Amino acid sequence: MLIFILRRLLSAIPTLILVSLFVFTLQKLLPGDPVQAMAGEERDPAVMEYLREKYRLNDPVPLQYVHWVGNVLQGDFGTSLRTEQPVTTLLASKLPVTIELAVLALVIALLIGIPTGVISAVRKGTAVDYGANVFALSGISIPHFWLGILLIMIFAVKLQWLPASGFVPLGENLGQNLKTLILPAFVLGAGLSGVLMRHTRSAMLEVLRADYVRTARAKGLFPRTVILKHALRNALMPIVTLTTLLFGELLGGAVLTEQVFSIPGFGKMIVDAVFNRDYAVVQGVVLCVAIGFLLLNLLADVLYRLINPRLRTA
Amino acid sequence: MKFAPLMTTALLLLAANAAVAETTLRIGIQDDPDVLDPHRSRTYSGRLVYTALCDKLVDISPDLTYVPQLATAWNWSEDGKTLTMTLREGVTFHDGEAFDAAAVKFNLDRARTLPDSLRKSELSSVESVDVIDAKTVAIKVKQPDATLISQLSDRAGMMLAPKASATDVGSKPVCSGPYKFVQRVQQDRIVLERFDHYWNKQAYHFDKVIFLPIPDTSVRLANLRSGDLDIIERVAPTDVKTAKADSHVQVFSTPGLGYMQLMYNTNNGDKANNPLGKDKRVRKAFELAIDRDAINQVVFEGLYAPSAQPFPKSSPYYDKDLPIPARDVEASKKLLAEAGVKTPVSVELKVANNPIAQQVGQIIQAMAEEAGFKVNLVATEYATLLSEQQAGNFQIGMSAWSGRPDPDGDIHQFVTCKGGQNDGRFCDPKLDELLNKARTVNDQAQRQALYFEALRLLADDVPTSYLYFDPRIIAMRSNLTGFVPNPDGLIRLNDVAFK
Amino acid sequence: MTSIALNPALPVKELLKPRTRSPFARKFLANKGAVVGAVVLIVFILAALLAPWIAPYDPLKANFLAVRKAPSMMYWLGTDELGRDLFSRLLWGARSSLLAGGVSVAIAMVIGVPLGLLAGYFGGKLDAVISRIMEALLSCPFLVLAIALGAFLGPSLTNAMIAIGLSAMPIFSRLTRGQVLAIRHEDYLEGARAIGLPDRWIILRYVLPNVLSPLVVQATLTIASAILAEASLSFLGLGQQPPSPSWGSMLNTAKNFMEQAPWMSIAPGVAIYITVLCFNLLGDGLRDALDPKS
Repeated sequence: MLIFILRRLLSAIPTLILVSLFVFTLQKLLPGDPVQAMAGEERDPAVMEYLREKYRLNDPVPLQYVHWVGNVLQGDFGTSLRTEQPVTTLLASKLPVTIELAVLALVIALLIGIPTGVISAVRKGTAVDYGANVFALSGISIPHFWLGILLIMIFAVKLQWLPASGFVPLGENLGQNLKTLILPAFVLGAGLSGVLMRHTRSAMLEVLRADYVRTARAKGLFPRTVILKHALRNALMPIVTLTTLLFGELLGGAVLTEQVFSIPGFGKMIVDAVFNRDYAVVQGVVLCVAIGFLLLNLLADVLYRLINPRLRTA
Repeated sequence: MKFAPLMTTALLLLAANAAVAETTLRIGIQDDPDVLDPHRSRTYSGRLVYTALCDKLVDISPDLTYVPQLATAWNWSEDGKTLTMTLREGVTFHDGEAFDAAAVKFNLDRARTLPDSLRKSELSSVESVDVIDAKTVAIKVKQPDATLISQLSDRAGMMLAPKASATDVGSKPVCSGPYKFVQRVQQDRIVLERFDHYWNKQAYHFDKVIFLPIPDTSVRLANLRSGDLDIIERVAPTDVKTAKADSHVQVFSTPGLGYMQLMYNTNNGDKANNPLGKDKRVRKAFELAIDRDAINQVVFEGLYAPSAQPFPKSSPYYDKDLPIPARDVEASKKLLAEAGVKTPVSVELKVANNPIAQQVGQIIQAMAEEAGFKVNLVATEYATLLSEQQAGNFQIGMSAWSGRPDPDGDIHQFVTCKGGQNDGRFCDPKLDELLNKARTVNDQAQRQALYFEALRLLADDVPTSYLYFDPRIIAMRSNLTGFVPNPDGLIRLNDVAFK
Repeated sequence: MTSIALNPALPVKELLKPRTRSPFARKFLANKGAVVGAVVLIVFILAALLAPWIAPYDPLKANFLAVRKAPSMMYWLGTDELGRDLFSRLLWGARSSLLAGGVSVAIAMVIGVPLGLLAGYFGGKLDAVISRIMEALLSCPFLVLAIALGAFLGPSLTNAMIAIGLSAMPIFSRLTRGQVLAIRHEDYLEGARAIGLPDRWIILRYVLPNVLSPLVVQATLTIASAILAEASLSFLGLGQQPPSPSWGSMLNTAKNFMEQAPWMSIAPGVAIYITVLCFNLLGDGLRDALDPKS
C-alpha cells in the first residue's frame, strides 16, 4: 500500500509540472498588459516601465517560468499584481471558504442523493424511479448561475429569509456563516445530488441482484433490513470514492456560483485574476487546485483499495 | 435561592453590553480597491475607502468649491509660482505621529518621486516643497498651475504617517482620517474602526466601518433591502424605481463628474487610415446619427445627463451657448455625400464587456445604420480594451472617464498632442496652445474664454464625441440621517448616524 | 381453417416478434425518458433550423418604444432591454447554443479520439506522454480552462466553441484509451496482427467500431455540458457577442432586471435547462440501449 501511494505521488509530479507550464504559457499568451491595467487612468509610461521591471515582466517567458518554479519550491507563490498581497496569504484565506462550501454542498448532495438513489433502486421501473431520475438529471442540467439568481430573488429579496450575497467567516458568527452559505451550497449540492443519486442507484441495483442478497431474503429477513444492512453497505463503496472525486472537482469548479453569491472562494478569485491578468494569482490557484485534485484522486484510490480487500496488492 | 443578586448581575451585564454595543456601518461598493496606498492607487473604489481612512489637504464641497480639511488656508503668491498653505493644528496620525509641515513635505515628495507613484503627472508642475514652520508649507511650481489645488483635493493631497510609511504601505496604511485601518481580506472586505484622536471626532458616529465589494448591482441592492448593507454606491439607474418604492431605502442622486465618450482613431496607426479617421465630415455625420436623449431614456431611465462637452453642466466652464447636436439623419447623409464616401460606411466600435456598455453600443449601432454606417460592435474585455486602444487597434472606442473637479483633468490628456489618454492621437497645435495656457491661468473669466474657444475647436474637428455624464446614485437605509451627496460620488460620513 | 398457432410450418415465432429490428431500437424506445428527450430535441433543432422563417420579429431590431414589455399577444415572451422580441431571440439563440454544443464536442472528438486510440493501441512511451498531458489538462478545473482559453482567443462564439472543445478533449481521449485497452488483447486483434495487417487498418477497421458506442453516449452527455459551458462563458461575457442572441448572454443581461422584467430571466434559463436535460436523457437512453448487459 505504501509503495502504491509513493509511486502515485511520484507520478503526480510530472503532471503538476505540465499543469503549471500549460497555465503559465496560456496566461502569457493572453492579450492585454496587466501593467497597463494596473497603471490605471493616469498611464504614466515611467511608472509602467518600473512595474514591468519590478515584476520581471520584461524577462523572456521561459526565464520567468523558471523563476516562478524556483520561488514556489521555496514556498513563495509570488504577489498579486493588483493588491500586492502575497499569493500564499490569498490562498490561505480563500481555501477554508472553498473547503467549507464544498463540504456543505457535498453534505446536501449526500442527504438528497443517497436516499433518493436507494428508493429509486428498490422501486426500479416505477413512477418513483422515473421521477427521481428526472429530478437527478435536472440537478445536472440546470445552469448554476440561473438557479442561483432565482434563489436570490425568492429567498433574499421576496422572503428576506437569507442574505442575498456575501460571506461571514466561520470564526466570526456560525449562524450568519451558515446563512450566507446555504443558498450557494444548495445550488452546488443540487447538481451533485443528481450524480450521487444515479451512482447510488446503479450500485444498489448491482448489489440487489447479487446472490447473498437473495440468500438473505430467502432466510426470511425483512426487506428493509436486507436493504440497509447488506445492500447499502456494499453499495457505499463506490460512493465513497465518488464523493472524494467530487470534492476534488468542487475545489475549482464553483466558479459561477461564487460569482453570483459573492463568496470569496477560489472560483471567484481565479475568474477575477484571469480578467485582471493577475498572473501570479492564476498560477497559484490552478496549482493549488491541481494538487488538491491529484491528492484527492489518490485518496479515492487508496480508500477503494482499503474498502475492497480483493484489490489489495501490497 | 440567591435569585435577586443573580438577576441584578444579569441586568447589569445586559446594561453594560448594551452600552458597549458597537455600531457598525456596512457599505457595499462596486469592486475591490487595488493597493491601499493613495500614491499608488488607481481605482475609484479606492477613493471611496480613502474618504473614511485618509484625510487630505483640501476637500471639495457639493458645489465644487475647495474647502479646508488638513489645510485651513492657502493662497498663491503674486507671480503664481508659490502656494502657501497653513495647516490645521492638533492633528495626529493613526499611530500617534504628529501631523505637521514636515509630514506634508514627506508625502508630496513621496508622491512625486516614488518609482511607481501614479500621482507624478498630477504634481508635474511642482518644483519643490518647503517647510516654513511647523504649520506652514510652501509649494513652489515651475509655472503657474491652476489645477494644483484640485489635485490636492484628491489622492495627491492625502497624508500618510511618515514614520509608518517608510516601508510597505499597502498592507497597513496609516493615515489621519476619521477611521483607521484594521483589516483587509482581498475581494471580501475592508474593515476600519473609529480613530479616537481624530480632530473632528464628534461628527463621526460609528465604531466600525466595513466596505464590502459586491460587483453585481442587483445583488448589492438586494443586500441593502434586506438590511445586510447600510449604504450602497453606484446604484444602477434601472434599479432606482425599485429602490425608491422600498420604504426601508432612501435614494440620493447627484449629477456627477464622470462621462462617457466615443473616441475616434484619427492618427494612431493603420486603423486611422479610413474615411472616419481622416475626414471630420464623416465623424460629424456619425455623431449626428446619435440620439443622446433616446439613449438616456432607454438605458438610463432618463436619469443620466446627455452631453456634448467634457465639462459637467454645473461647471463654470460649460458653454451654455454650445448646444448638444440633436439627431439629424438627413444632415448625416448629406455630409457623407459631401465627403464622397460610399455608403454604408463600415466602422468598428469597441466597447467594454459589460451589459450597460453593450446596450449603449447596440443602440448606437442601430441608429448609425439608418444614417448609412455599418457598425461592427466588438465587446472587449477590460484589460484587452486598454491595450488595444493604446496600440491604436481600434476605429471608435467607447470609454469612460471618472471625472475631475478641475476642467483641465477632463480635457487636457485626452485631446492634446502628447496627452497620456489621447488614444486617437488627435493633434492640433492651436488646441494644445489654448489648453496649455488654460492650465496656468487662475482667473476664472480668462480661463473660461480659453476653454470656450477650445470647445469650439473640438466641436468642429470632432476627435471625440461626448455622450453623457453619469449621475452618482447612492442608496441607504431609511434610518440613516445626515448624508450630504457630492458630485464626486464619495461617501462622506461626517454627521451621518442611525436615527 | 387451421389455427395459425397449430400449423408448425408457419414461422409463428417470427410473426409474433415485435416489428423493430434490433435489440437496440427496442430497448431505446422502451425508455420513455429517452424518447421524450429525443423528440423534444428534434423539435428544438427544427425550431432552430427554421428560425429565419418562424421567428415573428427580427431578433436584432431594437424598438425603443417597446422596452421591457411583459409577455403579451404581440410579444409571446415579452421584450428585452432594447425592445427586441424575446421569443424570436430565443429561437435564434437556439442556433448558437445547439451549434456551440455540437461543434465543441466535434472538436473535442476530432482531437481526443485519435489521441486516445494511439495511446491505447501502441502503449509504451507514446501512451505515457499522452496520458500525462491529458491528466494535466483534467486537473485544471474545466470552466477555468475554458475561461482562460476564451479570454486568450478573444470573446466570440467561435472562440468559445474552440475553448470548450479543447477543454473537453481529454475526456474523449481518456475514454477512448480505456476502451482500446479493454479490447487490446482480444483474439481477433491478435489474429489480425499475426497475419501482418498494418496497424492503421487494424485501428480503423476493428478497434474504432468497438469503441463507438460508449463514445456516442459520452458525446451526447458532453454536448449537454458544452451547452451549459457556452451559457456560462456568455454569462461572463466571453461567448456570443451582442447583438447576436445566445441564451447565456441573454441571461447575463437579464440578471440586471430581475425585479423590473423577470420574464427576461425565465425564458432563456428554462430553454437551457430543457435542452440540457433532453441531451442527458438521450445519453442515458443510448447508454442503456447499447449496454449488452441489460
